[in-house]
Amino acid sequence: MIIAVASGKGGTGKTLVATSLAISLKDRERVQFLDCDVEEPNAHIFLKPVISHSEPVSILVPEVDTKKCTYCGKCAEVCVYHAIAVLKRHVLVFSQLCHGCGACSYLCPEKAISEEGRNMGIVEWGHSDGVEFVHGKLTVGEAMPSPVIKKVKEKANREGVVIVDVSPGTSCPVVESIRGSDFCLLVTEPTPFGLNDLILAVETVRKLGIPCGVVLNRAGVGDRKVEQYCMEENIPVMLTIPLNSGIARLYSKGITLVKGLPNWKKDFVGLFDSIGEIVSEGTCSFKR
Amino acid sequence: MKELVVLSGKGGTGKTSIVASFAALAQKKVLVDCDVDAADLHLVLKPDIRQDNEFWSGQVAEIDERKCTECGLCQELCRFEAIADFEVDPTSCEGCSFCSRICPVEAITMKERLSGHWFISDTKYGPMVHARLGIAQENSGKLVALVRQQAKQIADKDGLDYIISDGPPGIGCPVISSLSGASLALVVTEPTLSGIHDLGRVVDVCRHFNVPVVVSINKYDINEDNVRHIESYCLSQGLEITARIPFDNAVTEAMVQGLPVVEYRDSPVSRQINLLWRSILRLI
Repeated sequence: MIIAVASGKGGTGKTLVATSLAISLKDRERVQFLDCDVEEPNAHIFLKPVISHSEPVSILVPEVDTKKCTYCGKCAEVCVYHAIAVLKRHVLVFSQLCHGCGACSYLCPEKAISEEGRNMGIVEWGHSDGVEFVHGKLTVGEAMPSPVIKKVKEKANREGVVIVDVSPGTSCPVVESIRGSDFCLLVTEPTPFGLNDLILAVETVRKLGIPCGVVLNRAGVGDRKVEQYCMEENIPVMLTIPLNSGIARLYSKGITLVKGLPNWKKDFVGLFDSIGEIVSEGTCSFKR
Repeated sequence: MKELVVLSGKGGTGKTSIVASFAALAQKKVLVDCDVDAADLHLVLKPDIRQDNEFWSGQVAEIDERKCTECGLCQELCRFEAIADFEVDPTSCEGCSFCSRICPVEAITMKERLSGHWFISDTKYGPMVHARLGIAQENSGKLVALVRQQAKQIADKDGLDYIISDGPPGIGCPVISSLSGASLALVVTEPTLSGIHDLGRVVDVCRHFNVPVVVSINKYDINEDNVRHIESYCLSQGLEITARIPFDNAVTEAMVQGLPVVEYRDSPVSRQINLLWRSILRLI
């Protein structure tokens, strides 16, 4: 079962929830943790994994053989990303703009284009005290996180429980991370920003046809509008974590909630059991 | 005309609350929300939308099932795994149009994609440019570039001194798009190990694109040991720390009231943000 932990708004506690969920389950399930926030991966700070393997992530970008090239311009014409320009006696490749679709090399009439890997990040994996751990890191200065996220997700082993930590927002990296999950936990806070971004996140998971539930973090501040919204939309609020300086302090030191305050373990186990019930009953009102 | 972009790497460190306060403190400026896929600045500044524009960007493949012979070539060649069972998944399609070019029976056409909306608005603090990326859409970088360009035009036309932009979290495409060519980046961090880790990466991105950076520490009293880590990091990198802002419920209370915290009530937070804006004026 794959459970994605997302939020819309940043800093609501995704990593706090995801890491504590993973640790709480490791005694009874085979647990794998995938940190798909490849722009700013943080789960390793909490899980302190021993990394045993790493693999570079690259996308295929064109390389033009100038001996074969006739400068016909076909490659530039088919590239919608404007990553190739053909001049009279030159071909310029802007590999930062290339999405690696492969159209230019396939359609070159002279077969003058081969493809070479362009490095854009790294995937690392290993173990963290009984939890299998995988994360990806986008290279600083690179714009496209999706290929790195895809590589992290290739490591998912559906036989056990897979917890996916997602980046904030609602655009392509978030979609890439939560696609194919059985359930999406949306972590939010009871503030106007938290609500606004929760609504966007709910629309995103619904578009992907994935059932969701809410974790309300920092309960006690703000207002009651997140709970009202969840009630109206029939979205279960599955766990509530209060605003508490002790919890904030643990987080600041890179200590997971369940390690610092072991009483919380039963809440996370309960959260997992509730997710299991929803997934197995298929009680969500939208098709997968 | 100077452009300030507020970034953080890690989300939820307080970018938007600080930008909303700058809106109240700065003179002769235009505001921009560059966090186009989870925009929040409008919740405080309550813009009156003057212009609502559609953002058409990129294309999406569509297969005409009457023409399709189910030969499978498109599925085989698509690098984005966007075609399965002879249907296109629009959330996976990157609009490269490779499939439409190689389909032997020309059953695939590329359709323009409505990817969001962008707005030019009036607020009580001055003009604002903001946007809403469509749900599960891509090209957020292009939309960010577009709202920045609109803000520049407004600043030129109205003779404004500052563009103040609320940046997105992370270090990827929308961040790069909101950063390139800006006069100054203010990175808002918090004294957590996650905050420190992400600070380093976003500072590296700013340096990569040659944008000067300064740092502010928000909620500095959560963990003063970590504040010292941030201080020594900034010292080693030659980065000026422009403010140390305490944790204060006034920030959330102001947000619930829909007010910039500097207008909500006099508090240690609002005094620090006042000083921060003065430092920014000196540095930019």
